Parts: sequence; structure tokens; C-alpha cells
Amino acid sequence: MSHPLQQTEPTTMQAHSGVIAMNAPEMAQASAPDRHAPGALRKALARAEVRRQWRAFSLTLPLLVFLLLTLLVPIAALLQRAVENPEVANALPATMRALDGWDRRDAPPAAAYAALVGDLARLPDRSDAGALARRLNSEVPGARSMVMGAYRDLPFEGPPEAIQERLLAADPRWGEAPLWRAIAKNGARWTPDYLLASVDLQRDALGQIERMPEEQRAFGGILLRTFHISLVVTLVCLLVGYPLAWWLASLPARSANVLMILVLVPFWTSILVRVAAWIVLLQSEGLVNRGLMGLGLIEQPLALLFNRTGVVIAMVHILLPFMILPLYSVMKSVPPTYLRAAVSLGSSPIAAFFRVYVPQTYPGIGAGALLVFILAIGYYVTPALLGGADDQMLSYYIARYTNVEVNWGMACALGALLLAATLLLYGVYRRVGKAELSLG
Amino acid sequence: MKNKSLIACAALSACLALPSLAQQQPQITVVNFGGANANAQKKAFYEPYEKAGNKVVAVEYNGEQAKIKAMVEAKKVTWDVVEVESPDAARGCDEGLFEKLDYSKIVPQADLLPAAVSDCAVGIFVWSTVMAYNGDKLKTAPTGWADFWDTKKIPGKRGMRKGARYNLEFALLADGVKPADVYKVLATKDGADRAFKKLTELKPHIQWWEAGAQAPQFLVAGDVALTTVYNGRIDAANREGRNLKIYWPGGIYDLDYWVIPKGAPNKDAALKFIAFGMQADNQSVYAQNIAYGPANTKALAKLDKKVLDDLPTSATNAKEALQFSVGFWSDQGEALEKRFAAWATQ
Repeated sequence: MSHPLQQTEPTTMQAHSGVIAMNAPEMAQASAPDRHAPGALRKALARAEVRRQWRAFSLTLPLLVFLLLTLLVPIAALLQRAVENPEVANALPATMRALDGWDRRDAPPAAAYAALVGDLARLPDRSDAGALARRLNSEVPGARSMVMGAYRDLPFEGPPEAIQERLLAADPRWGEAPLWRAIAKNGARWTPDYLLASVDLQRDALGQIERMPEEQRAFGGILLRTFHISLVVTLVCLLVGYPLAWWLASLPARSANVLMILVLVPFWTSILVRVAAWIVLLQSEGLVNRGLMGLGLIEQPLALLFNRTGVVIAMVHILLPFMILPLYSVMKSVPPTYLRAAVSLGSSPIAAFFRVYVPQTYPGIGAGALLVFILAIGYYVTPALLGGADDQMLSYYIARYTNVEVNWGMACALGALLLAATLLLYGVYRRVGKAELSLG
Repeated sequence: MKNKSLIACAALSACLALPSLAQQQPQITVVNFGGANANAQKKAFYEPYEKAGNKVVAVEYNGEQAKIKAMVEAKKVTWDVVEVESPDAARGCDEGLFEKLDYSKIVPQADLLPAAVSDCAVGIFVWSTVMAYNGDKLKTAPTGWADFWDTKKIPGKRGMRKGARYNLEFALLADGVKPADVYKVLATKDGADRAFKKLTELKPHIQWWEAGAQAPQFLVAGDVALTTVYNGRIDAANREGRNLKIYWPGGIYDLDYWVIPKGAPNKDAALKFIAFGMQADNQSVYAQNIAYGPANTKALAKLDKKVLDDLPTSATNAKEALQFSVGFWSDQGEALEKRFAAWATQ
């Protein structure tokens, strides 16, 4: 049910940090003896070292192959599909030739109509006409019924002018330029159009890039909304998770373990079950609203569901363990003596906490925040079930284009956009944070 | 030694024979949308068909045509009969995803509703998207789609399906367009602008639903005063003792279809199952289990008045209803849904 990115992201990062952890000490050992050993010994050592490196490499090989097959290959296929555009070029070769030199303003010459009908007649299968109709319809709404109508009316005979007349009689829109422009534009096998559309841009009739008309500008706002929701969720997770992790880290191991199970149990429960539970709790006659009204705190039930509030509450609940676990593991390694030392040297406890303790947990904060943020970006089921029409994140539209519209080019372009945004953010994090990730 | 090998041989052949014995019983995979509708189909179609000595494996999906497309393109089809919505039936037929149907092996075409007959899909039942309210909570019943927009006359939130489909039609109805003209108006740029503008008026009061089961829940929980809903969901809730009421005029009715994906593993058995399900007897059992109108008109004679009164196909209920335009939505759907996403962001 979850979006693939949700699952792949942590895998890469864990694998990534794992590789680094494994290789770094080996490298350090390897370079040390080299400089002092005499020639023969040095060679033998070098050989042994090469063998050792190969052995290490062959041990990581299964993981590398696994990553290649499950991550890199699908991502490459996704990127390819985002720019691939074979439908028109495959189906209408003669039409493309007939449209060569057309000014793209008024209706094309009659020869183009004849060429189009000829191309349609040569299609090996009805499904090819269907694919062509689908592709053109996603550019020019209405093209589907025009193309399929012409395909059903085959065969056309007579001079080009007669064919043109018959098509126009069947549907006067054949005399308009937009469909022909879409055909001419999509003659190339590769297209930037899906990627442009994913950032609300389009190419005009002559190939100049321009902004989409206002009522079609959707994805810029959706991308911003995706980041906004993820950011809010990350901040709330940090605010809630930090004190909890601190408390857990300060407890003796025995009780900390018991409480840790409480953190982890929801983590092991199905996301759908948790979402359904939140619906029961947060609905207007649900437990939370009735409780608040019973206490006299509110008079009208609060709208906690099917809006941004509900989405954030449920996402924070689901993602909290990803914040707590890295924080906890970093906090466990911070000696409590530092804080005591600061206080004994005259610092106030609050200042000591913020100036001595918190800076030592920065790696945990960074790792937890990055994990939560990147997982949140890919969220799909939770906003779909708990949010309104303006709370849906990018993955919802990726799923929509994949499953409902079956416009896989657009779905892949949106996927590429999400991937690029995630990588960019990770790059910024590395640049700003400079610290190696510590994921517990 | 010889005995041993004989026994081994017998055991081996028994093992080999067992699965082939199991396979002799015809088994087909039938895919539906789940929920109350799937239960009705189970009672009316799957169970009687299994009694006749067949095996039906029921699978649920969310109507993702992408799954059928992926199977057909990979030539690894595991589904035999799939229930699809009308735009997917039309698009799938255009794109050659489904097998052609031989009506001589199903039921006489004359017995079926005209809209149920297509080259490669056969309509199973008629369902309708309607306005509904909770009879226990609402004092004044709505008298038109303008009331759905009138939050002064009927205070409270409005439930609507997340998306452009149906909502644009309802917006135009509320704006005074006659049911017969809705798609003509919506096809023009001005008409689409008008529908979105009308929707904007109601925007702060809308509570969006994603799954069909949510709409009756909203009504029961008192979250909304009025909602758009699939009529069968209201029927299912009322069977559990609720008092939900439907306002029929302006409802948008449509059919669900059975299709056989191209290259289905048990094509002949699939066609037999469809023929079985389209029989008047089984169709009437279906309508008794959920308030969806049978596509086989002969089934109507077998239903009593109480059942007929709740069907979207009954004369009074269908009088001012609107037939969903498959052609319009398969042409304009992608663009309008994107516009809806942009509209929601504003």
C-alpha cells in the first residue's frame, strides 16, 4: 500500500552507512604497514591486502547486486519512462512527413489528413490505435474520441480532399490546429513534456517553454504542500520525540526496555489499522471530541479529521519511532557526567541542557529529522484517508496517474521530481550538517 | 527391491495425479470492488455458481486499470473475469485490453439494457451517485440540488467524493442547468469554469470522502448534513438498521461491467460464469441483496415492489436522473481531474 520510495529510502541509507562503517577501519589498517616494510615483504603484504579487499568486496557483492536490481534499475527505468514518447512516432510516420514544413497555425494541408488515415489503416492492432488515442488525449482532451472515431470509420478512400471532408464531417475539431500541433510536437521519440508538466511548464506550438494556463498549474503547489506537511510533521516529531527519548535514555536499562516496547508496538501495527483507529478517535463524535466537550473545554466539536490536522496527527504518530530511535541511541552514548560538570561549574540547569547536552545530540537530531522528513515526503495512504482534497501529497497524484489515468509517463515524471527533490535536500543536509549520518 | 520401486512409483504417480485431479474442477478468478457490493455478488453469483460444481476465487481491487494493462502487456494474466467501471470498460475496449464477447453464449442482447451491451464488456448492474441524508437527524428534507449548496437552509457540512467526477455535474445542477443539458454545458470552457466557480462557493463546507463506505459513515456519525453517495451504500447501511434517505432527482446513474482480460487463463469458463451471472434469476437475487438495478430487464419481473422502489432503475427514481457520460469523461477526465487538483490547491 505504501509508496515504493517510502520503503527504498531507509534501505539505501542504512546500506550506505553500513558500507562506510565496514570499510573505514580496513583502509586505515591497510595504509599503515606499507611505508616501512622492505620490498619483498611489501609486495607480499600488498598481495594479501588485494586478496583481502577482494574478499571484502565479494562479501558486499550480494548487497550491491541486490541494490542494483531493486533500486538502481527501477529508478533508471522510471527516469527513462519519464522522457520516453514512442506512441505518436511509432503510429504515425507518414503523417509526420506530411506535417513537415507546416506552419502550425491553421489546419494542415489535406495531404496530412490522408497520411493520418493511411497510418491508422496500417496499425497492426487496435491496441496501437488505443495507445495513440490515449497519448494524444492527455495533451488535447477530446483527441481520444476523434482518433478512435476515425479508426472505427476505416477504410477511407478517394483523394486527400475527400478524406479531409469526411473527417471534418465526422468531427469538426479535425479542422482545428491543437490536435495537429500535438501530433507534430510528439513526433520525436523523447520528450521533455512530462517533466515540464511536473513543474507546471509546457511547450507552446513552436516549442518555446512557457507557464501552463492558470487552471492547469497544480504540481508546483502540490510539491510545496508535500514539503510543508513533511516539515511540520518532522518538527512535531522532534518536539514530541526529544523529551521522550531523553527520558528513556535517562532510565535504567530495564524500565527503558519496557517503555521502548511501547514505542515499538505501534511501529509494528499495520498503517491502515492505525489510520482507522485515528478515525474512530478523532471524528466529531469520537473519543477526543467527547472528552474535550465533557471537560467543558470546547462547546462545538473540533474538526480534527479530513483536514490537515488529522493528517499531521496520524503521520506524527506513525513516524515518531523513526525520530525516537536515532535520538535514543545517540543520547545513550552521551555521558551524564558532562551535564553535572556544567552545573557544578556554575551553569544553570536549563543553560547547561541547551548548551552542553543538546549540542551533543545533534547527530541524532539530524538523523531522526532526515529519516522522518524523507519518509514523510512519500506518504500516500494516510493523507488519502484522513485528508481533504487540499491535503494530498505528491505520491497521491503519482498513484492516480499510475492507476486511474494510466498515464505512466506523467507518473514517472512526478516520481522523478520527488526523487530529485529528495536528493537535493539530502545534498543540502550533507553540506550544512557536514556530519556523517548516525542511524543507531 | 522391486517392490520398493513399485511403491515409490505408485506414490510418485499418486502425487502427480493429485494436482491434476484438483485442476479438473473448473476454477476461475473473479475480481470485484469489495464491500457490500462484493457480498451481494457472492450471494447472487459466486455461491450458486459453485453449487453447480465450479470453483470461484474472488479477488478485490480498487478499479486500477493499470493492473489489467500491466498483466495483458506482460502476457501474464491471472484474472478471468473483472468488474470495471464504465470509463475503464470503454478505454480498455479501445486499447484492446479485453476479449471480445460472444453474446450468443451469454443472454439474448434484447433482454439487456441498451447501455449494458458493448463489444468486449457486458453491463452487470446499474448504480447511481445520489444525494443522501440521515432521516433521524435532518428535520427538513432537501428539495433540490440548490439545497446542497444552501448551508443556511440546511446547516452542516457536505460530503463529496474527492475528485472532479460527479461533483462538476452536481455543481451545474445546483446552478440551475437542466439534467439533459449538463454534459453539453460542461463540455464548453465556460461551462467548466461555471462548475468550478459554483464548487468554490461550497468549498469551505465540503468534507471529502475517498472510499464509498465513508459517505454513509459521515452521515451516521453526524459529520455531514448531506452527502453525495453511491446508492447501494445507503441501502447497505439501512439493512444494518440506519435510517438514511436518498434524494433521487439529479442522481447520476451508470453501469459496472464484466470484462475478460485479453489472454485470461480460463477464457471459456469465464464466459460461462458471465452467462450464469447474467441470467434473470441470478440478477434478481443480486438486486435483492443490494439496491442496484439488474442489467437483465427480465429480472425486474421477479422482484417485489419493496425491492424495486429502492433501485435506481425504477420509474420514479430514474425520472429526473442523469446518465453518466462515458464519452465525456474518458475524453475530458484527465484534464478535469488535474484542474480539480489545481483548484483544491488554491
